Amino acid sequence: MQKEALFGKTLDELQRICVELALPKFTAKQIADWLYKKKVSSIDEMSNLSKKARELLNEKYLFGLTDPTKVQESVDGTKKYLFPTAHGKYVETAMIPDKDRKTVCVSSQVGCKMGCLFCMTGKQGFQGQLTAGEIVNQIRNIPEWEEVTNIVYMGMGEPFDNLDEVLKSTQILTSEWGFAMSPRRITVSSIGIVPGLVRFLNESECHLAISLHTPFHEERQKLMPVEIAYPLDDVLSEIRNWDFGRQRRVSFEYIVFHGLNDTPAHVREMARILDGIKCRINLIRFHPIPNTPLKGTDETRLQEFKEGLEKKGITTTIRASRGQDIYAACGLLSTKALGAN
Amino acid sequence: MAKAEEYSKKDRELFEETVVSNEEISPGVFLLSVNRRWDFQPGQVVKLAVDRVQPPRIYSICSGNNEQELRVLFNIKEDGYLTPKLAALVPGDRVLLSEPYGGFIGNSKPACWIATGTGIAPFYAMFQSGLFANKRLIHGASYQNQFYFEDELDRALGTNYQRCCSREQSCDLFPGRVTDYLNSLDELPADVPYYLCGKAIMVVDVRDLLIAKGVPYENIIAEIYF
Repeated sequence: MQKEALFGKTLDELQRICVELALPKFTAKQIADWLYKKKVSSIDEMSNLSKKARELLNEKYLFGLTDPTKVQESVDGTKKYLFPTAHGKYVETAMIPDKDRKTVCVSSQVGCKMGCLFCMTGKQGFQGQLTAGEIVNQIRNIPEWEEVTNIVYMGMGEPFDNLDEVLKSTQILTSEWGFAMSPRRITVSSIGIVPGLVRFLNESECHLAISLHTPFHEERQKLMPVEIAYPLDDVLSEIRNWDFGRQRRVSFEYIVFHGLNDTPAHVREMARILDGIKCRINLIRFHPIPNTPLKGTDETRLQEFKEGLEKKGITTTIRASRGQDIYAACGLLSTKALGAN
Repeated sequence: MAKAEEYSKKDRELFEETVVSNEEISPGVFLLSVNRRWDFQPGQVVKLAVDRVQPPRIYSICSGNNEQELRVLFNIKEDGYLTPKLAALVPGDRVLLSEPYGGFIGNSKPACWIATGTGIAPFYAMFQSGLFANKRLIHGASYQNQFYFEDELDRALGTNYQRCCSREQSCDLFPGRVTDYLNSLDELPADVPYYLCGKAIMVVDVRDLLIAKGVPYENIIAEIYF
């Protein structure tokens, strides 16, 4: 019988396990401490549990951390980790240092179903969901894990297409019994699957980022097939209804393509559709993928586009490209070559 | 503060409809027919659920816009929560259906339709709505019994209907995947729209192939089964 991983279980799930094994209820909290707060990696090291409890746990469960099998480091200090999954696939995780911050970009799926024209992950299709444990493992099991300041769900996969596990992972990261991180240090990025968005807004306090890329419906459906099922209008209508308050933030990701979505008409339409939404826009340089018909805009137009949006009163930033030389930059993650198919 | 009830409003926009029939047209593949309440444009989708506990899933309409009933085509997913329940429906049962929506819409202009498996559904809706003139349909499947509606399509489309079968061979089928078939063609018209419907990997592979063969990406519109 294959043993199940404890790492990735919520406190509720650990309590159920304790009931099942006839262990005292408080044992669940002790196990959570060992899993999420201490530097151990085996059940035998959970020294405040009775020997009997450890034996019972060892019979059916394992601690559940998985080491990365490969790490690459960029000239800019960004690292890309390769993690195997339970089903013989692989996912990539990027760790991006920046002054006093260390941001980890985690994957939520092996591959992706969304098929965005500009994304390398989409080209490998979909090979499976990650468990909450496999998501959190990407943070806990890198050497820098104690220095991590921010987490972004912007790696491989669409988080709202694996929302149960993503929400469990954010619960583990933000709960007092878990990593006790502020949800304001976590951003979950989606292309806008509306039912998932609704649930995420209700059940999480983490920041939200939406991949927008063009304000025009016809254009967006050519870049992002999801636009057909969940049009941007519906996404914005849900967001517009939501009170993000002072702390929680919504941002929109916008890869700027030469001659496609970098025109004054796009600036005007962005200002129109985002009217009434307190947000910011992250402009992203396009990192070309093989055989793409798309080209990144030039620096002059990128700056002009940014200024155009700012003149319309929209807070706009340009995201620094990091880890491009090791294919860790936005849109470049892929494990297709590793036999993920 | 946010009002949770506001955010489930969309899922409440599901309407009860009565099942008229539920036919297994191929092993594990069903054509579910319900009374039709709304007008729709061929190619559009509906959300479908069996209760208000589990979220609905999206299905392409698989019937003409001039028919009394609305149909969807689905295959049973062993680990799915919805399709085994859908497969068990019998006439008279109730399901929950949204108003049709979506931008994957057929028209009377020339086009190439490319589908795999149950991705044939929106094209069959277009076909049944009378939009098949000037169309070329390429349908890929693993086995011969997965070319749903092939008799009707073959009769109406003739040589403009191409079946590609990857795991069985027959004299009237192209042996291989849709991508193999497209690769075997010397030239593809670049000035017609290409509609793709199926799983993500088919869509991205076919889209890349079309672009490599000179079709502008603006002429490719894809619906992926999420």
